[in-house]
Amino acid sequence: MNQFTISGSPHVHANESTRRIMIDVLIALMPALLVAIYYFGWYALRLTIVSVGTCVLAEWLIQKFLIKGPVTINDCSAAVTGLLLAFNVPANLPVWMVVVGGIVAIGVAKMPFGGLGKNPFNPALVGRVFMLVSFPAAMTTWPQAQPIFQNGFFADAVTGPTPLGILKEEGLTNNPELLDMVLGNRGGAFGEVCAIALLIGAIYLICRRVIEIFTPLSILLTVFIFAGICHLIDPTTYIAPVYHLVYGGLILGAFYMATDMVTSPMTIRGKLLFGFGIGAITVIIRLWGAYPEGVSFAILIMNAFTPLINKAFKPYRFGVVKPSKKQ
Amino acid sequence: MNPIKTFPKGGVHPEENKLSADKPIQNFPMPKQIIVPLGQCLGAPADPIVQKGDHVLTGQLIGTAKGFVSANVHSPATGTVTKIDVVMDHTGYYKPAVFIDVDDQEQWIEGYIDTDELLTEIKLAPNEIINKIKECGIVGMGGATFPTHVKLMIPEGKKAEYIIINAAECEPYLTCDNRLLLEKTKEFLMGVKILMTAVNAPKGIIGIECNKKGAIELLDKTINENRELYKDIEVQPLKTKYPQGGEKQIIKAITGREVPSGKLPIETGCVVVNVASTFAIYEAVQKNKPLIERIVTVTGKSVKNPGNYRVRFGTPANLLIEAVGGLPENITNVINGGPMMGKAVSVTDFPCIKGTSGILLMTTNEAQDRHQTNCIRCGRCAIACPMGLQPFLLNKLSKLNMFDETESNHIMDCIECGSCEFTCPANIPLLDYIRYGKAKTGAIIRSRNQK
Amino acid sequence: MNNILIISLLVLGILGGVLAVILYFVAQKFKVEENPLIDEVAECLPGANCGGCGFAGCRALAEACVKSAAEKGNIDGLACPGTNMQTVADILHLTIAAAEPKIAVVRCNGSCANSPAKVHYEGADICAFANTLYAGEGGCSKGCLGLGDCTKKCPFDALHINKETGLPEVDEKKCVGCGACAKACPRGIIELRPRGKNDRRVYVCCSNTDKGALVIKNCNVGCIGCQKCVKTCPFEAIEMRGNLAYIDPAKCKSCRKCEEVCPRGTIHAVNFPPRKPKAEEPVNQEVTNENKANA
Repeated sequence: MNQFTISGSPHVHANESTRRIMIDVLIALMPALLVAIYYFGWYALRLTIVSVGTCVLAEWLIQKFLIKGPVTINDCSAAVTGLLLAFNVPANLPVWMVVVGGIVAIGVAKMPFGGLGKNPFNPALVGRVFMLVSFPAAMTTWPQAQPIFQNGFFADAVTGPTPLGILKEEGLTNNPELLDMVLGNRGGAFGEVCAIALLIGAIYLICRRVIEIFTPLSILLTVFIFAGICHLIDPTTYIAPVYHLVYGGLILGAFYMATDMVTSPMTIRGKLLFGFGIGAITVIIRLWGAYPEGVSFAILIMNAFTPLINKAFKPYRFGVVKPSKKQ
Repeated sequence: MNPIKTFPKGGVHPEENKLSADKPIQNFPMPKQIIVPLGQCLGAPADPIVQKGDHVLTGQLIGTAKGFVSANVHSPATGTVTKIDVVMDHTGYYKPAVFIDVDDQEQWIEGYIDTDELLTEIKLAPNEIINKIKECGIVGMGGATFPTHVKLMIPEGKKAEYIIINAAECEPYLTCDNRLLLEKTKEFLMGVKILMTAVNAPKGIIGIECNKKGAIELLDKTINENRELYKDIEVQPLKTKYPQGGEKQIIKAITGREVPSGKLPIETGCVVVNVASTFAIYEAVQKNKPLIERIVTVTGKSVKNPGNYRVRFGTPANLLIEAVGGLPENITNVINGGPMMGKAVSVTDFPCIKGTSGILLMTTNEAQDRHQTNCIRCGRCAIACPMGLQPFLLNKLSKLNMFDETESNHIMDCIECGSCEFTCPANIPLLDYIRYGKAKTGAIIRSRNQK
Repeated sequence: MNNILIISLLVLGILGGVLAVILYFVAQKFKVEENPLIDEVAECLPGANCGGCGFAGCRALAEACVKSAAEKGNIDGLACPGTNMQTVADILHLTIAAAEPKIAVVRCNGSCANSPAKVHYEGADICAFANTLYAGEGGCSKGCLGLGDCTKKCPFDALHINKETGLPEVDEKKCVGCGACAKACPRGIIELRPRGKNDRRVYVCCSNTDKGALVIKNCNVGCIGCQKCVKTCPFEAIEMRGNLAYIDPAKCKSCRKCEEVCPRGTIHAVNFPPRKPKAEEPVNQEVTNENKANA
């Protein structure tokens, strides 16, 4: 005889799972990874594998031996953290540094708070910022992109400045080619160089309803408008706003890290405000800060505000009668 | 046809699976013994007024309503009362019920008009209609089983502007209302007319999800052919979205008015009645027939021959399951009602009652792998919530027994539609915790109000 | 250089002095007069704020005790289940009659073996919620649901679900009889009973008031209301509540005659020395030993 199951309604569920969401993010990041391998060859692939491996292993070790609880590496969230962390570093970074970054991301930013869903800050960004302040030289020496068919898969990297670095150091001397920027033929962290590949992934995520457009839209608009105002005031000092959008890690940050469900607000209004904050802080750091790039810091700072934003912006409730409507 | 309307906030799109939509209603043969539970409505169970050995006629009163929110229970068959004992019903508990051994010959009570003709003349005055509905024990047959006469008693100073017939049938799988609309169109429309007379409402609107094209067309056609008879009745197609058939949602969709938080639908001048109840009201008022039977959809993906049956109350559900080809293998969830708001039962021989809109058989695969993971704060539950609540928050607060906080986050507004749990990627039993929190918060509020 | 040092020292010093004076006066102005006895009484209470005394917390009880002692000259009706009230009375220089210590008793033995699961529950781990869904995995509508509402509420870590039986077990050493678990149980299965002499007590380990046939259907060890124990008891300590026997602890003399006659092994006697082995009573023997082992 069958043994029936008793459970509260509803008895059907949408065909969704945490694992599925994380795999979607991984799929969305694949085009950017391929472009990175195309430009940075073996270096990019090596760092990616090490970073993902470190994060997954760190989570497994912590859950198995420190917490002695259930192991949840199957949900692929550690792999996403690893991949995003790898995307945020220069391709010629020594491997052991990425290992340190991965351990910090999982062991400091994620697991101590209770694992997936409970961390206040984006683990990949914490790992990245930790590396940035610990190994500033290595983290800001960017290899130039060079397609693998030119120098081969294992070619040594040639380092050079990033567009934002050039801006910071030398001011507006020579505008880089915008097309190169979009295609990724430039210096920078290897995941962030190709805006097109990242946008393709982002469209996939939006279609799969994994992320909502509000946060990235708000970030990009804020950066564009803010940088645009500065450009209008003094075009000789400040570069045209469109460059700000494709430079550095803005696209990667806006679509993949600011939209991290765990650390971003839940309501549309909250997401818009969150995005505005990130955009504004990013531009301030870029234009007047000590670092050439500020997306990571901006997202981390706004992560801290997420609980407040969640508290302040609740969804519109059904049945709240506006007095004017009643008459 | 009117333009399609919907409620603006939240909602989900479960697979429809209306497997039995094309199956005509079949009369289910009378079983040898029927077990009539005395508690068939939302409120207090009825008091039995028959004893062991009594002979009862079909339609005879066997239990009287006890309290304000309660409904009469009538004998669904002619036969002898063998005992009044407890039976495991759909609630999973042993509840008092009247056991009747059915005679071969059916004999109706006096006053019952046995005719298939449409009786178009409404002879009763509004308050007489409501009394009739009360006598005949009619309840909301969508599943909540709230006594209909209580709904129709319009409080002082309020006016009913619309009678809204809830024909949305937004629950997946269920097709009983759809079939009733197709096969008893005229009787149903007369029922709407009776309801309009009862509460003196100038307009009757039938809200129906647009996945029931046939029913919409047939209703439109019937109304157009008999403009005189069915004037002021309108058909309003609604978008196929769950929970379109929620009382508050259907009012919002059709009239654009929102039922204020913590208030009754009459605040917006609307009275919402279910399709099956409307038909039952027609039969009660025009044919003097108490509520003793209903249409039940017996369905499930692995069921051989899903169908719609006209079933007398008290018929054990396992007979119905046999009629559709027996209990398929690997069935782990037997549900009284639809998959979104129905109740899982522990036994298959529970008696059908006024709220049994469907018997749904599901396998483990259909009921999904419920492997629970941490909340990833994706906020999908908040997007799906048609009431604009934050289920993830209520879930957590209920878990921590913080009932002051649940109250200030409006847990009492929850309509328990299950959209949040349906959409949760982490498979958290959100609604379980919210129901628990709601029950506790409600108890706290009640005890505070008593002071 | 020296100037800066001196100036900062002076400024900070003066600032500190002025603030200290302000603080002093503010503290004087807003001073709350409180009887020092309250602190003393609160000190000897457990501090778990379990609510077993009926007050919001331990301090509230301490305040009530001191107030009652001052106004009425006694602390009748005020009792902390976890403390010997004599110590409180000593502080307040009063004498009280010793209250009998109590212990929580789980009146259900419907373990996985005794009441096999007919259905399978999936959902929130809250008894109060599961209670609204169904009768229980074993089918007994008055039996323990085993999801541990009581264990979550115990402020003294004295209740734990035994994984093998699926039932909560009371740790006799830790339980103070505060009653938090009894309040938490949605089915009222847990009862506070006097600990008894040498911790020996006899009780009916069932809460089901249904008819016997129904009980037999769902459970092997439930009370079927046969009333054998009622007839056997020489002290008239057993009464029927519905179809359930109830042993009045005030009248029970722990003779264990009821335990012998119970055909279902529903009546449990705990912490008694083992009986002399009797061949014809293997069931009761087991029950006694098992409970002894558990205790």
